[in-house]
Amino acid sequence: MMKYALFLGCNIPARVSQYEASSRAVLKKTGIELVDIPEFGCCGYPMQNIDQRAFLFSAANNLALAEEAGLDILVMCKCGYGSLKKAEHIMKEDGDPREEVNRLLSEKGLKYDGKIQVKHLLSVLYHDVGIDTLKSKISGSYKGLRLATHYGCHALRPSKITRFDDPVAPTLFDELVEITGAESVDWTSKLECCGAPLTGVNDGLSIDLTKKKLTDGKKAGAHYLCTACPFCHLQFDTVQKTMVSHNGNEEHLASILYPQLLGLCMGIDKETLGIHMNQLDISGVASFLT
Amino acid sequence: MVFNVLLYTSLAIFLLGLIYKISTWFSRKIGISAKNITTSERILAAAKGILGVIFSSKILILIKVFMLDVVLQRRILKENFLRWFMHMLIYGGFMLLLLMHALDDVITVSLFSEYYSTLNPFLFLRNLFGVMVIAGLGIAVYRRFVLKVPRLKTNAMDHYVIIILAVIMISGVLLEGTKIMSHTEFQNMVENWSGLVDEKEIRVLESYWIQDLGVVSPNVKGPFDQEVLAQGREIHEMNCADCHSSPKWAFTGYTLAKILNPIALTLDRAGSSNVLWYIHILACFFGLAYLPFSKMFHIIASPISLLVNAVMEKDKSDPANIATRQAMELDACMHCGTCSLRCSVIMAFEALGNEYILPSEKMPFLKTLAAGKKLSRTELRAIQEGVHLCTNCDRCTVVCPAGINLKELWLNVRENLVQRRYPEPLVLSPFSFVRGLNREKPAPDEYSTPLETARQAVAGEFDLLMEQDRHLSLKDGKLEGLGQRPEDNTFAYCFGCQNCTTICPVVGNYDNPEKALGLLPHQIMCCLGLGLIDMASGPRMLWDCVTCYQCQEHCPQDVRVTDLLYQLKNLAVKNVGKALGENPK
Repeated sequence: MMKYALFLGCNIPARVSQYEASSRAVLKKTGIELVDIPEFGCCGYPMQNIDQRAFLFSAANNLALAEEAGLDILVMCKCGYGSLKKAEHIMKEDGDPREEVNRLLSEKGLKYDGKIQVKHLLSVLYHDVGIDTLKSKISGSYKGLRLATHYGCHALRPSKITRFDDPVAPTLFDELVEITGAESVDWTSKLECCGAPLTGVNDGLSIDLTKKKLTDGKKAGAHYLCTACPFCHLQFDTVQKTMVSHNGNEEHLASILYPQLLGLCMGIDKETLGIHMNQLDISGVASFLT
Repeated sequence: MVFNVLLYTSLAIFLLGLIYKISTWFSRKIGISAKNITTSERILAAAKGILGVIFSSKILILIKVFMLDVVLQRRILKENFLRWFMHMLIYGGFMLLLLMHALDDVITVSLFSEYYSTLNPFLFLRNLFGVMVIAGLGIAVYRRFVLKVPRLKTNAMDHYVIIILAVIMISGVLLEGTKIMSHTEFQNMVENWSGLVDEKEIRVLESYWIQDLGVVSPNVKGPFDQEVLAQGREIHEMNCADCHSSPKWAFTGYTLAKILNPIALTLDRAGSSNVLWYIHILACFFGLAYLPFSKMFHIIASPISLLVNAVMEKDKSDPANIATRQAMELDACMHCGTCSLRCSVIMAFEALGNEYILPSEKMPFLKTLAAGKKLSRTELRAIQEGVHLCTNCDRCTVVCPAGINLKELWLNVRENLVQRRYPEPLVLSPFSFVRGLNREKPAPDEYSTPLETARQAVAGEFDLLMEQDRHLSLKDGKLEGLGQRPEDNTFAYCFGCQNCTTICPVVGNYDNPEKALGLLPHQIMCCLGLGLIDMASGPRMLWDCVTCYQCQEHCPQDVRVTDLLYQLKNLAVKNVGKALGENPK
């Protein structure tokens, strides 16, 4: 049985609990055991703008906690994934930052020797569980459902550090979507930013970027966006909801979280997957299920 | 007489304090959401709310929460067994002592007509409860000073509580111990209670008490004849035992009496029982009078917080009641540090050293702020940073043993603080994400002013530097203030192909990007190459960067563009601190 330390980050428990619930349900079906480490803290992502030391301390502390537990980390957030991968990279090179972090960790009785790996939920499903096993767990499949997969910047780039997939022509997420029978549409801004990093900072710009993605997705004929990151999801869900209400409830492109999509195919009930908890209605997705 | 004067004085202070404190719950305003609500509106709303709960099915929730969270303290148990055990010992022991011992004339006597403080089970129980409190205090001291629980800060108020409780308990045990040994006490009791007059009989009784029950006498000395002791025991059982159990049952006092035996006579002559009695009741009365103003006030406010938060629903509650609740919650905090232990951004505290990042350390400051006291600029800046450096993960609220809705408190206070004039660079980071999600709530100018103030501050002298006729001095090589990693010098490889700018989604969003963003990514790299670090750390581009890493990914020269923009932002933040006259961290 594969076992991982589950890294939820800050947004999921507070604002996207359906992502946690649906992921737990799906991973349970695939025979993965998740261990909760209550001492896990901020991944460091929001601190990068302010102080690189604070970022590195935060991220490396999580790495060390997982190493203490002897477990690879399963991250559910793309920004969290990017942060932990960046810290892992810095902690593997010689230099003052590493020395300083090691000193701090040793004061807390922790250490990090780079013995564990950081993986995103999607990578675990794709590489560790495998497409074939996933297919064998699926009881129903979608017909005629067109999805725009949103990869998320901090998983793809910088690719030398994140090593998630090909940064220019990734296929991992598309393949995962397609095992459910849904079609992953080709769309122009697939690899672009969702706009979330500027929410609260420069909302006008943030919404411009989001709008561009939504328009592109619509143009490609997608019924929904598919995401696997709380920031991207909140941007396409909560933020899009306010955009929609400002535009007099014009058409929109709601976001479904990947484990919600997969879970329905696995026969997991809607309540467990929190389908009703998304701000924008995605219940129509079930009508594509055969 | 003295006792009654002291009692009623302290009780009066306690009651006045209580009234004052509760009145502040309705008058103090926290944050901007309470700004336009008057005290009378708040009192009315509270009365309406309370009645509404009592006469509805929510009363069942209250009863459940009272039993599980107030009496049995389930929330502390969930967190840590030792802490729960400690708190149960102190609070359980103290409450039982209060009811059975301190209020014996009122409560115990009316429940048990046979009650004498010297009689079992009361004699034994008093000692048991006392030992519970002392053991609990022992664990508290151990946790704070020996175990040094991480991020459990101990302030003056924490010291006060431990000291006042310790004085009450130790003086109580000492008082009992000295009374057990005291010959004077023995004589008084014989005179007032035994009904014995015969000198010889009293002497025989005394022998028995000396031999078996801990009294130390200046006149009668052992060893005693077995026959005398048997006689003494008989007299004891006939005249004393009905209302005085063996002092051995007062096991703490008795043990102490045995230890202090060699100096018993000196203590008795010095009237130590009297002195200790005064210390004991003065400490109790002081504790009572000071209770509303001390951390001990949490014994009233924390249960109220737990109950109120159990029945108040998010988004449905009257804003007047939220304002009242938030003022009350400041008193419910007992500075236990659970929130700080579970806080997501504790590592930022390790890096930046600002204590106000820790939620438990913010609370005392919020009290000061709510009381309308002036804070210095340094304090305001520090608390402002502390309140903003929060990912809104809500864990503090989930774990708070007093059930305080900390997340809403932070949101409210954050909005209030950020409206003051100090720029807060943190608003220009993903820490603002939740503020952005809730941007419909504050008024539009209240929402955007802090962002603009911060933008101006992080820009430094950018506009001046960009003036056409400005004389610029160029440097080359490693730049001071940029990071220390080799990657932080990769700007030197830039050959100006502009791939970074071409691929940037932010640049692509504008018709005139240079006007909107100040400098474009390749221009910023160029500035760094020329040593124009002040210019490079000023443009809006830095803060409008979505950190999507497209530029870095597509750089043919492997310049770490996005990471360099991060470094420049860090530098700009440091410069804001410097400009405000703060020491670099």
